[in-house]
Amino acid sequence: MKVITSILATTALTVAAGSAFAAGHGMADSLTIVSWGGAYQNSQLKAYVEPYMAANPGVTVNWDESSAEAVAKLRAMNEAGNITWDLVDVEAADGIRLCDEGLAMEIDHDEQLAAGNDGSSASDDFGDSIVSDCFIPQIVFSTTFGYRSDMVGDNAPTDICAIFDTDAYPGKRALNKRPIGNVEWALLCDGVAKDDIYDVLATEEGQDRALAKLGTIKDQVIWWNAGADTPQLLADGEVVIGSTYNGRLFSAIAEQNQPIGMLWDAQMLDFDGWIVPEGLPEDRLARVMDFLKFATDTQRLADQAAYISYGPARASSASLVGKHAELGIEMAPHMPTDPANAKNVFVTQYEFWADYRDDLDAKFQAWLVQ
Amino acid sequence: MSEATGPVLAADGTPLKRSLSRALRMQKLRALALVAPLLLFVLVTFIAPIADMLFRSVENEIVENTLPRTAAVLADWDADHTDLPGDDAFEAAYYDVFIAAERKLHTRLGTRLNYELTGVSSLFRKTGRALDDIGEVYQDQFKALDKDWDKGTPWAELMGTQAWIDGAQGWKKADGPLDRLVVRDDIAALLPATAAAYQEFADFSILEDDKSPLKEEPWTLVHSALYTDLAALDVSGYGGPRAEMLKAADALVATPEFETINTREALIDIEDGWADHEVWQTIKTYSPKYTSGYFLNAVDMQKSPEGPIMRDEDERIYGLLFKRTIFMSLAITISCVLLAYPVAWILANLPMRKANLLMILVLLPFWTSLLVRTSAWKVMLQQQGVINDVLVWLGLVSDTERLVMINNQFGTIVAMTHILLPFMILPMYSVMQTIPPTYLRAAKSLGANNWTAFWRVYFPQSVPGIGAGSILVFILAIGYYITPEIVGGTTGTFISNRIAYHISSSLNWGLAAALGTLLLAVVLILYWAYDKIVGIDNVKLG
Repeated sequence: MKVITSILATTALTVAAGSAFAAGHGMADSLTIVSWGGAYQNSQLKAYVEPYMAANPGVTVNWDESSAEAVAKLRAMNEAGNITWDLVDVEAADGIRLCDEGLAMEIDHDEQLAAGNDGSSASDDFGDSIVSDCFIPQIVFSTTFGYRSDMVGDNAPTDICAIFDTDAYPGKRALNKRPIGNVEWALLCDGVAKDDIYDVLATEEGQDRALAKLGTIKDQVIWWNAGADTPQLLADGEVVIGSTYNGRLFSAIAEQNQPIGMLWDAQMLDFDGWIVPEGLPEDRLARVMDFLKFATDTQRLADQAAYISYGPARASSASLVGKHAELGIEMAPHMPTDPANAKNVFVTQYEFWADYRDDLDAKFQAWLVQ
Repeated sequence: MSEATGPVLAADGTPLKRSLSRALRMQKLRALALVAPLLLFVLVTFIAPIADMLFRSVENEIVENTLPRTAAVLADWDADHTDLPGDDAFEAAYYDVFIAAERKLHTRLGTRLNYELTGVSSLFRKTGRALDDIGEVYQDQFKALDKDWDKGTPWAELMGTQAWIDGAQGWKKADGPLDRLVVRDDIAALLPATAAAYQEFADFSILEDDKSPLKEEPWTLVHSALYTDLAALDVSGYGGPRAEMLKAADALVATPEFETINTREALIDIEDGWADHEVWQTIKTYSPKYTSGYFLNAVDMQKSPEGPIMRDEDERIYGLLFKRTIFMSLAITISCVLLAYPVAWILANLPMRKANLLMILVLLPFWTSLLVRTSAWKVMLQQQGVINDVLVWLGLVSDTERLVMINNQFGTIVAMTHILLPFMILPMYSVMQTIPPTYLRAAKSLGANNWTAFWRVYFPQSVPGIGAGSILVFILAIGYYITPEIVGGTTGTFISNRIAYHISSSLNWGLAAALGTLLLAVVLILYWAYDKIVGIDNVKLG
């Protein structure tokens, strides 16, 4: 093991030395950003990276589309002592895990990020979206349902419990192949009040109750792993209704003109944002913080919404959200934060999932394979 | 006669035996030197990482490393009792978790123990956040007495040697790491708990925080320790640096107004999980450096004070997945044999030119990306897919009752049979090519009919090809991951999908390593059984 560690360490030193020499004012001149690829990464490129590069000529940005495996890879890098990433885009839940594992750096949001353009401090401006000390929020997204508008006839669903109503909406459903989200919806549609859901889920009976409710449609469900699955299944007519991230549905509807309708009810509100890996050398850290301050200010977050239908995490950005950069349609009505869409949102309780994730996942997976 | 029994000598006079063995050794060394680069490469890039990963299935140092004092105290505690451990355990937990929280290790430990007991993760996280409250009670009182109790330099003067203080004066970050501050012997003897806590603080700020203890106000933990010492011990004989300050504090502690806090109650107040017998039991059960916990979990069991027990019925998943993985791998192997045998037979018996053309057809999918072929099966098999559309068009299936051929075991078996087929055809083909066609003709000329000739003469000679192909396909299938993930749904997934989940999502690498080790063991046992039943010499790749 020693041999490997020292080989890796040597590589790390060489890489670090290479970037250190080129530094201008104690800042590395390259930046490795990890994101999700696709339209989302493109929105980051257009809204954050290209303006930053224009303002800082000589800086190069490398992309790595590894956000889905970010937690595991960061842990491996940390153990090898060779952090090759500078900035990583992760979901809120992963941001919390990385912080818990000591793999992400704690951030002083007010100190290190720009204040809102209305003068509010960064932590006030971001508000509840700062779910962890390491997490720098970018967007608000939601996991919600899309349905085939041609298959539901005049009876378009408006209630989340439509997924359990196989009489009114016959056909297959697409659900995420993990408990988070599904068990909450199951309890909600089984008559549990919204505020009590996590209390009920913390009990064994509550968990069984949620799985029993899901069991009523189990043989009608196609379980998805990737966010792109559901739009595909909807487009193929394989499912009549299915959950996915709202931005995916937006692009299927607005950009590809698929016969898909959006169901805004009890959607799971969630955040996506940056984390900075723990243990970066000083020059690279200086570059990252400089970029972060720029890329998370009020205007930049609002700009991103011109490319993808995810809401900016800053309250002060909301009023600046404009039209889609290519389609020219108003973006505000497609945001999960739009008042018309956010009439009945469900806010995921991360603290609960940090504790119960392993337990509920084992139960859920055992239930799935039986 | 006696001369004839002496050793046979080589030309140079040495005994022939020794000369021969030397020559052989040279040869062996040369052979070893030739394979050394490859051996080294495989060792460093393949064997070592696998061994390292497998080692994680038993490794469990995190608990003892993060909670050393607690583990030591709990070693004498009888976990079978329903009583909570004594005050010393709570005191030890306060020290350990405080230090772990400063070093940001407590959440990692919480994640580890949460695998065993739900809720420990938030217990540690919340405790780490609130632990300063305990020490602040003492810190505030000492500070109110004398502001120096909250400053770096007075503390360093009280605890450290003069030589260290002189050396640390004017130190800047750029000078490189500061020398280690070692607590003076007289103060360590006088205030043992304070000295230990201060030592931890000084080491942390020098080594991990890169700051001088002269500039840093000590942790509230040090103030707690100071109270413990002053309450229990007599410091009136002390005459070293800062004696006045210490004696004043001692006098303050002795006054009845001095506010104290009970660590046990304070911890339970922060999180009532500390009053839960199971939490302490879990810490004790998992404090040894090595654990069988991951392996037990991998076979649907768990540790308990009474020894290993089965998990709840609704959490048993791995036994089922192992059985399913083996069953489906066997099904895939058998369907590969059935499909590949005639193809290999035709390939082996056609003229070279035609055989080569057909061979390209066999190899073509082999060269296509795995993901592309799997996605293609998705398009073929799904309910609105090609096969169902054709069946509906032919009128064999009604439009409302389209067949479900994907997201189940059927889908996985079909797609994987297709993907692994070349691995069966190629070894069969190369074995069949070596069977002389004259044997079949001879059998027939001796009166055998077609079937007898094939079954009694041809087939036994082709068995080594079947064996080689079966081993290849079975071993490849048992570890397959991407195809079942895409077309397997819930009933068609393998154990490897769970391993991948634990590696990349749940971060439970210990469990992933245990599952991987078991999978490796299963393959080796099956290989051994195969060797016993069929004989590995009967396997030919060409």
